[in-house]
Amino acid sequence: MSLARAPGLPAWLLAALAATLLPWHMQQDGVAGLFALRAEEADAASALGQAWFHGRFWFWPVLAALALALPGALARRSVFLLAGGGLGLLAIVAQGFAIGIQGWSWPFLEAWFGPLEERQFGMGLGGALCFLGCLLLVTDGLALRGFFKGDRFVAGAVGVLAASILIFTAWPVGTMLLQMFTPREELSGLTALGVRLFDGKIWGLGCVTGRVHCGVFWNTLVLAVSTASAATLLGLCFALLVTRSGFPAKRALRLLTVLPIITPPFVIGLGLILIFGRSGVVNQFVQSAFGLELGRWIYGFNGVWLAQVFSFTPTAFLVLIGVVEGISPAMEEASQTLRASRMRTFRAVSLPLMRPGLANAWLVVFVESLADFGNPIVLGGSFGVLSTEIFFAVVGAQQDFGRAAALAAIMLLVALAAFLIQRAVVGGRSYVAMTGKGDAGLPTPLPAPVRRLAYAVALPWALLTILVYGMALAGGFVRVWGRDWTPTLSHFTRAFALEWSASGQIIFVGGAWNSLFTTVTLAAIAAPITAGLGLLAAWLLTRQRFAGRTALEFALMLTFAVPGTVIGVAYILTYNLPPLEITGTAMILVACFVFRNLPVGVRSGVAAMSQLDKSLDEAAITLRASTFRTLRTVVLPLLKPAIVTALVYAFVRAMTTVSAVIFLVSAEYEMATVFIINRVINGDYGLAIAYCAVLILLMLAAIGLINLLVGRRQLGRREGART
Amino acid sequence: MTRHGAEVRLEGLGKSYGPVRAVKPLDLVIEGGTLVTLLGPSGCGKTTLLRMIAGLEQASEGRILIGGRDVTLLSAGERNVSMVFQSYALFPHMSVLENVAYGLVSSGIARRAAERTAEGALETVGLAGFGARLPSELSGGQQQRVAVARALVLEPDVLLFDEPLSNLDARLRRAMREEIRALQQRLGLTVIYVTHDQAEAMAVSDKVVVMLNAGIAQIGTPHALYTQPDNVFVATFMGEANHVRAEIEALEGDAARVRLGETVLHLPHRGLTPGPVDLMIRPEAIRIAAEGALPATVARATYMGAHTEYVFTTPVGELFATDRPGGSPGEAVRLALDPVGTVLVRP
Repeated sequence: MSLARAPGLPAWLLAALAATLLPWHMQQDGVAGLFALRAEEADAASALGQAWFHGRFWFWPVLAALALALPGALARRSVFLLAGGGLGLLAIVAQGFAIGIQGWSWPFLEAWFGPLEERQFGMGLGGALCFLGCLLLVTDGLALRGFFKGDRFVAGAVGVLAASILIFTAWPVGTMLLQMFTPREELSGLTALGVRLFDGKIWGLGCVTGRVHCGVFWNTLVLAVSTASAATLLGLCFALLVTRSGFPAKRALRLLTVLPIITPPFVIGLGLILIFGRSGVVNQFVQSAFGLELGRWIYGFNGVWLAQVFSFTPTAFLVLIGVVEGISPAMEEASQTLRASRMRTFRAVSLPLMRPGLANAWLVVFVESLADFGNPIVLGGSFGVLSTEIFFAVVGAQQDFGRAAALAAIMLLVALAAFLIQRAVVGGRSYVAMTGKGDAGLPTPLPAPVRRLAYAVALPWALLTILVYGMALAGGFVRVWGRDWTPTLSHFTRAFALEWSASGQIIFVGGAWNSLFTTVTLAAIAAPITAGLGLLAAWLLTRQRFAGRTALEFALMLTFAVPGTVIGVAYILTYNLPPLEITGTAMILVACFVFRNLPVGVRSGVAAMSQLDKSLDEAAITLRASTFRTLRTVVLPLLKPAIVTALVYAFVRAMTTVSAVIFLVSAEYEMATVFIINRVINGDYGLAIAYCAVLILLMLAAIGLINLLVGRRQLGRREGART
Repeated sequence: MTRHGAEVRLEGLGKSYGPVRAVKPLDLVIEGGTLVTLLGPSGCGKTTLLRMIAGLEQASEGRILIGGRDVTLLSAGERNVSMVFQSYALFPHMSVLENVAYGLVSSGIARRAAERTAEGALETVGLAGFGARLPSELSGGQQQRVAVARALVLEPDVLLFDEPLSNLDARLRRAMREEIRALQQRLGLTVIYVTHDQAEAMAVSDKVVVMLNAGIAQIGTPHALYTQPDNVFVATFMGEANHVRAEIEALEGDAARVRLGETVLHLPHRGLTPGPVDLMIRPEAIRIAAEGALPATVARATYMGAHTEYVFTTPVGELFATDRPGGSPGEAVRLALDPVGTVLVRP
């Protein structure tokens, strides 16, 4: 009961203990020396210790703010909570930015306070927990003031969510955009910006008139438009076949939808190289049969386009299945009873009803193509797109972060535009799954010409997809593709060899083990965080009404639209300096996974939540349950399927992502996808393919395992009881 | 377990969503131990009013007092009210017993003790021995009773029902509403009950609050509302009524001399003054009688067994009536109007 009288106390204790006992800065040796009030070195001490024993005066404001919050924490005094917590946040952020690794961060501070001998590194456990404590003090204060219906849990949840979006998306993207203004050589900020933004390498149109390459912007745009169009058309054919025809292998076709989820993004590219590359099967055959050199046509626009269409057709298919199934059969039956032929029904009723869905699928693929990094890097050759140009600007010889930032800004702008159009097309909340009302009636079979067309387009493409995947996997079992066809397991042993030491311990000698372990561990850490934050956000958005809900929703949706490459560049630019110096650590990778994949958690959460009768929550509330108890005992158990989905997707996507993490990996924390890409760039296809195969198997196993552990038992009970 | 429920007092209570008024500020006193129905067409604000009392919606203005305590700013869990939802909202993943014990456990009672009390509540609603089942293994009526038991077990000051019977078939609905009424009387509960079904409201209520356009149209006992409606809406919403225009010619003591076409009637004036007036005539108040004052022709006659439904063409318009079998279409008759079912209403 004491908590009811002093609701701010836990948050205050958290902040105060973090400031007095825990080391404020990031420690090199992990969690050792947790009790850090009095430490030998200033950098290993807590805030209080640094201020008291080491004369670091800039921590006094933080401590003073905490002292100010104490009356609020002991009695229900919201003013003290708000003032203390708010000033605490301000003081933490201000000291973090003001004093960096070279003393004062800005010259005017030195002019005011005099020179500073000391410096400080990135924030650590103490700083982070103190920040969290202050944040919760503020939300508690707001709740006491009657905001969020006086619900402290909701207030805290909103606060944590908003703060994490701010810290892990808004701040990095903002930092990156500012980077465009950094002066270059003799140019001032604005001129440098102009030079970077209106570079001929980006906007050049030389390819229209002569034989010069066009700018990367046009490359990207043309590629995205043609990929989106082709993939949407193919996806529609597949969707129509599966839902509206007597096609016998429907289930097999539906398996296609799983492929893009479990496929590392460059498997398709590898498969294409093994078929159409210089030493590919087709080229070899044509040369031996007709003596023709097919050459390198696969490298460049053609290859990237082909690979992207292969990669993203399943995505379009997935979207369009929902669209086609969503058309009420009653509409088509009505049309037929009004004496329309099947063809007229299809043309005049079905197709117009699908139009928003088609536009949505097109835009989804457009954005995927825009953000795609794996296929262009493998097959692009000299054909550059925005994502690869950004990569080369960062890792290449010139190391031009300003140029990378400008390119990323352009990419961000296009992605945001596509995203806003998509929202307008789909209407309102684009990630809300449509809840299909059970309409009576049977879907009308396709008119014969359309059916024949769909078969003619879809079936060869399906066969080709199988062929590409087959080739990609077969490549792991021959010595050197195209030259030495001897079957071998040597690629697997090079990657995954095990040896036993004399003492009987296993030694992981294979070159891939390190990156594999890192990937699995980090993905496993990120998955529950992603799912938890995503579901929490979904719950807040669908079930709670509070001031700023729309703003939070919009901010969340915007983060969905930021392409991975942009996030990658933004993260290294932001987090390689204090106050949050996490470049090169596992934390930056986990943060990247979490905030890249948050949409998945939110989407599945919102979809599941809208299926859940709202009066269930309300019943629990009227039955005296607290908000948290309602969430724990009623909402979460009923959301089990959504939790499983979110977990699986978050895990698998963390394992297959490449666009963002390629900037963030370090020697210590190497990711599987980056390891593979480096092998591909070195031409070591065998090892890359072997690794891909292992990854795919591993992910299938993970999906099965998570389903088994978390899902089935509970699901089975509910389904069984439903009858 | 017999005790008297608390009085509920609403003072200037209103709710708006931006510019939209969901409930206009209103005053209402619900006496302890009575069953009061909020009745009205969909969109009239009755459910919003109920949810404000429950604490599921925040009032925009005014106060709510339960048992003399101001609960306006308290959350739903702190108000000591319970609610039975339209969809029952039984937790599908918990057994019946867990469902009923849920509120007790939330209140901090040990699980063992809570489940014992919950078994008692299940017995009260006639479901002893069903505790181990899942809600989905029960029939609709049984689920309804579980929902009632779950709300009752907390011994709330006020029990709220949000259209509780709308998911049941007609026969079960009648049985359940009698059960709810009996339970309310036996335990002396204060119950606020939302429905759009006029027959249901009449059957269960001590008092009915008829709502229209986010405000209260009239409050009264079922009998008062039926026989003394304040306006045309209440008259037509509480059962069938013929609506004709008439004119008060003069007041004569308690009575008014009313001209209806060629006919003159003497009816209680109900505070009205001479001039045009609306006259509501209940179908059962119209009888075919040789001495009747109103000439009419039978337009249609539908045989319904116990009675016959007539539509008469008269000089004042078409009239719908229920009477014993007798007249046949085309026949000229005279109609007598029973003063009990013929009411003057302010135009």
